[in-house]
Amino acid sequence: MSDQIIDELGGAYQYGFKDDVTPTYTTGEGLSEDIVREISEIKNEPEWMLEFRLAAYRIYRELPMPNFGPDLSQLDYENINYFRRDADHVARDWDDVPEEIKETFERLGVPEAERKYLAGSSAQYESEVVYHNMCEDFKKLGIVFMSMDAAVQEYPELVQEYFGKLIPPTDNKMAALNSAVWSGGTFIYVPKGVRVTTPIQSYFRINAGNSGQFERTLIIVDEDASVNYVEGCTAPNYSEDSLHAAVVEVNVLKNSYCRYTTIQNWSDNVYSLETKRAQALENSTMEWVDGNLGSKMTMKYPSVYLNGEGARGTMLSIAFAGKDIISDTGARMLHNAKNTSSSIVSKSICRDGGRVDYRGQVRFGRKSDGSISHVECDTIIMDDKSASDTIPYNEILNGNVSLEHEAKVSKISEEQLYYLMSRGLSEEKATEMIVMGFVEPFTKELPMEYAVELNRLIEYQMEGSVG
Amino acid sequence: MSRLEIKDLHVEIEGKKILKGVNLTLKSGEIHAIMGPNGTGKSTLSAAIMGNPNYEVTQGEILLDGVNLLELEVDERARAGIFLAMQYPSEIPGITNASFIKDAINAQRPSDQPLSIRKFIKKLDETMALLEMPESMADRYLNEGFSGGEKKRNEILQMMMIEPKFAILDEIDSGLDIDALKVVAKGVNQMRPHDFGALIITHYQRLLNYIVPDVVHIMMDGRVVTEGGPELAKELEANGYTELAAKLGIDLADK
Repeated sequence: MSDQIIDELGGAYQYGFKDDVTPTYTTGEGLSEDIVREISEIKNEPEWMLEFRLAAYRIYRELPMPNFGPDLSQLDYENINYFRRDADHVARDWDDVPEEIKETFERLGVPEAERKYLAGSSAQYESEVVYHNMCEDFKKLGIVFMSMDAAVQEYPELVQEYFGKLIPPTDNKMAALNSAVWSGGTFIYVPKGVRVTTPIQSYFRINAGNSGQFERTLIIVDEDASVNYVEGCTAPNYSEDSLHAAVVEVNVLKNSYCRYTTIQNWSDNVYSLETKRAQALENSTMEWVDGNLGSKMTMKYPSVYLNGEGARGTMLSIAFAGKDIISDTGARMLHNAKNTSSSIVSKSICRDGGRVDYRGQVRFGRKSDGSISHVECDTIIMDDKSASDTIPYNEILNGNVSLEHEAKVSKISEEQLYYLMSRGLSEEKATEMIVMGFVEPFTKELPMEYAVELNRLIEYQMEGSVG
Repeated sequence: MSRLEIKDLHVEIEGKKILKGVNLTLKSGEIHAIMGPNGTGKSTLSAAIMGNPNYEVTQGEILLDGVNLLELEVDERARAGIFLAMQYPSEIPGITNASFIKDAINAQRPSDQPLSIRKFIKKLDETMALLEMPESMADRYLNEGFSGGEKKRNEILQMMMIEPKFAILDEIDSGLDIDALKVVAKGVNQMRPHDFGALIITHYQRLLNYIVPDVVHIMMDGRVVTEGGPELAKELEANGYTELAAKLGIDLADK
């Protein structure tokens, strides 16, 4: 199967194609207060959102870049196009999406996925959502699923209550930038008692070079409710860098459940600097499932604030760093209430000069009596050119808690390779099999279709890994 | 009808000479046993035939139907028809036994003619039943957490599924109780009528009660020192290696 797939992929990043869409509106390169006003104006936003943006812009100007992690000094902010509109309205039918954009999403398999196994689907192209739809069955349940821009207009009370509360603009420079220029993204509200297991998906596509994509996602899962949300990201290859700086806030209220799955596969000219944060209230569960396969540089540490008694937070992640890729990812679990539990399982693979670091934090606050956390970091380093570090920060302010941390770094074992090859499998196939087995705890948590896709992506990443 | 010929084989590991000129010919339909005291190079012989990169062949040839195996990689030797049931099979987490065996079978076939899933499942079910393996072992990860006996059975399962021309069984009996031993023997005997030959490496005669060999080779100090029929194994069991060595004029203590 593997050879066939590799042939099919033709040895290139398979999502690297670009189309030729001319934007209907753009703010041009660079950023100023006027551009922030312009973005707000073109979206016809209420005054409070403009004020929020302007305040965030001032904070952005003042905050320094992070003093940890990879070197971001090559990122040229002046060159970036902060806002680009390519379609004049959000379509509810793929036939109403501009032809070229529609073709792009068809090549990415988005409409097909929607027909087959999604409760709702959204597609963002550059700065804005171009398509949004939800099955009637789910609409009837009262679930709100729309672009963040639309939610500002249609659900201003909910947005004002939750927007920027978990991640204020002061949190970090990228969060401030997003708060100033955000556009697109997803808003989900699941009413009390409504449980949806069928996934809802958003797909984010950057098409032009020098692009900035700053989507903003806000999810509210009301009491006794559940949601399963999936997002995917790809972009064409360019020599100029693009910037993706998302902010995601998830509120999981009492007795409810949210799973948030990301398959990030940006091309290798994209800086992906994201801030993702959830709060889990009493007896609720927040699960992050996070796969990072692409981009030039990724910094992302999704967190769960365990603010209610008995809340659970988990992170299951894989990161794959190939040539010239730096991945600095991890998770943060903050135990702020009694009997909360968290689990972090991080799987990393690096090869061909890639660098993949785990950076994570577990904090037990003073009120976290009886709480537990388990952290497990496994890494495979495939050659001597590649490197990995595990950087955990633990902070314990309560004596009655339990924290386990395991970390393991290994190379592909010669003995395993010999064993598999003695059954007739080529070295390449044997290596791939060992890597697939290594990430299996991750893929088995994905919906079937995503698991198949992820396996294909990893096979592709592994191509040429045996010299 | 196939033929595996080992001619004047010399093998070193980390500069230490282990095999010092082994000669042996195995034909389809034959089962040969190799016996000998610890440290005489029996496992080294199996590793050299399979192509374990830690073993260096310094002299001699290994020919499969005239093709020099020494020029082939490990996986190419396997695809040519060699199978090694290992003494210590590796564990591969995350890959199920069934999917691994399917991939291994398909690796021996042209890429456009994979074995149909139905045929594969049927054969897997039948073979596992013969080896008295519970069905759940098909879905467990390859050798992960298997007991010693389960691993050995699993090696025989792979052998029967892959159907090699020649199998080398390296101490397949170690760590097996008598019931498991019989099951493993049943598997090997099942293969016997096919285009198949086996080289059984063992310390003990016991296994050979259940798999009766055509030829028994005794190895000492890196060479085959004597050969005979199944009765040779029985003689050895009765008298031990020291007496045989004395009879052949070999000083075992020298080792």
